[in-house]
Amino acid sequence: MFLIPDAVVRFYHRMASPPHFYTFTEQCMPWLVGVFVILVSAGLVGGLYLAPADYQQGDSYRIIYIHVPSAWMSLFIYIVMAVAGAIGLVWRIKLAEVVLVSSAPIGAAFTFIALVTGSLWGKPMWGTWWVWDARLTSELVLLFLYLGVMGLYGAMDDKRVASKAVAILALVGVVNIPIIHYSVEWWSSLHQGPTVITKTGKPAMHSSMLIPLLLMALAFKVYYVIALMQRARTELLSRERNSQWVKNKIAMGAKL
Amino acid sequence: MKVARKQRLILIALMVVGTGIATAFALKSFNENLMYFFSTTDVVAGKAPKDALFRLGGMVVKGTVIRPDKGMMVRFTLTDFSKEVTVEYTGILPDLFREGQGIVAHGKLNTQGVFIAQEVLAKHDENYMPPEVKASLKKKATTEGKL
Repeated sequence: MFLIPDAVVRFYHRMASPPHFYTFTEQCMPWLVGVFVILVSAGLVGGLYLAPADYQQGDSYRIIYIHVPSAWMSLFIYIVMAVAGAIGLVWRIKLAEVVLVSSAPIGAAFTFIALVTGSLWGKPMWGTWWVWDARLTSELVLLFLYLGVMGLYGAMDDKRVASKAVAILALVGVVNIPIIHYSVEWWSSLHQGPTVITKTGKPAMHSSMLIPLLLMALAFKVYYVIALMQRARTELLSRERNSQWVKNKIAMGAKL
Repeated sequence: MKVARKQRLILIALMVVGTGIATAFALKSFNENLMYFFSTTDVVAGKAPKDALFRLGGMVVKGTVIRPDKGMMVRFTLTDFSKEVTVEYTGILPDLFREGQGIVAHGKLNTQGVFIAQEVLAKHDENYMPPEVKASLKKKATTEGKL
């Protein structure tokens, strides 16, 4: 690992230690929540109030400010899960396993939001709640993959073994991610093609609408980090309940 | 890197690549079934099913939307900028249905080669802009057209 600077390696190793992760995330939390509140308020005011109505859809298009960031997060979180799964399998790092299992419910929630908001928009705009085109079907499969990871993990008592099983499921399922992304280009679908990252390299969206969308996307990313840290902390405490550092934390009267 | 770790890493890489290749083959062989609709060129070329229901996608040609007997039945022409197909539909059209927009119709061909739709869905494109920008784009296009 000669390409990676020493400081990064050291940070990585320290973060992999559960007690250090626990303390570090506690210190980060207020800052992250602050950044999230600023981003989400800017994004919502920009998207729902400042951005103009669309020339075709009027105000109905504004659901994009929830739908698109949620859909992006549903893909992003799955990739995080798969990478964490690979790290957990190869290096047997406990924290990677915790990141994997803690991400699944958050990813499932974002996928669900993307599907529901898309459906609500689809009824008036397309004329139907649901169609079995490539994009919608592959996104639904993604929801089932998340639910599968959650179910499989919950079904096994030995959490180290369960982590290995869900890591393999997450890695196999990662093949669905490029399928979802390219579904609208590979096959004819009712779902429209990409707006922000187009083939011409220029977003097919006016900047007054695009900036709030990107702010919302950033806000959702920060929200994911917050939710992930909270879930990972409780997961760590329950896994390490017999270890000395947890006992010390309790003895010191640390906030749980 | 330790040998055991390296082996596990290679194993995982092989697994992901293997699943990827298997899925690519599966998708390749199901390619036709994954297409949500046929294009108008497919229909003219006779690639679409003759007696079964299928979906037809295309752009509504400007100035072709008419209601022949002043009722609910609407007739229009779809194009993929190469071949055209006439569509007839009785019912309520979605909000985004308009001339020059993409739509997907579900139905079948009659003996005259007219597509009788049971359902019409509007396909939204990827463009988002305020009405003023659209108006100025249109203005620019017409002035350029005059030159």
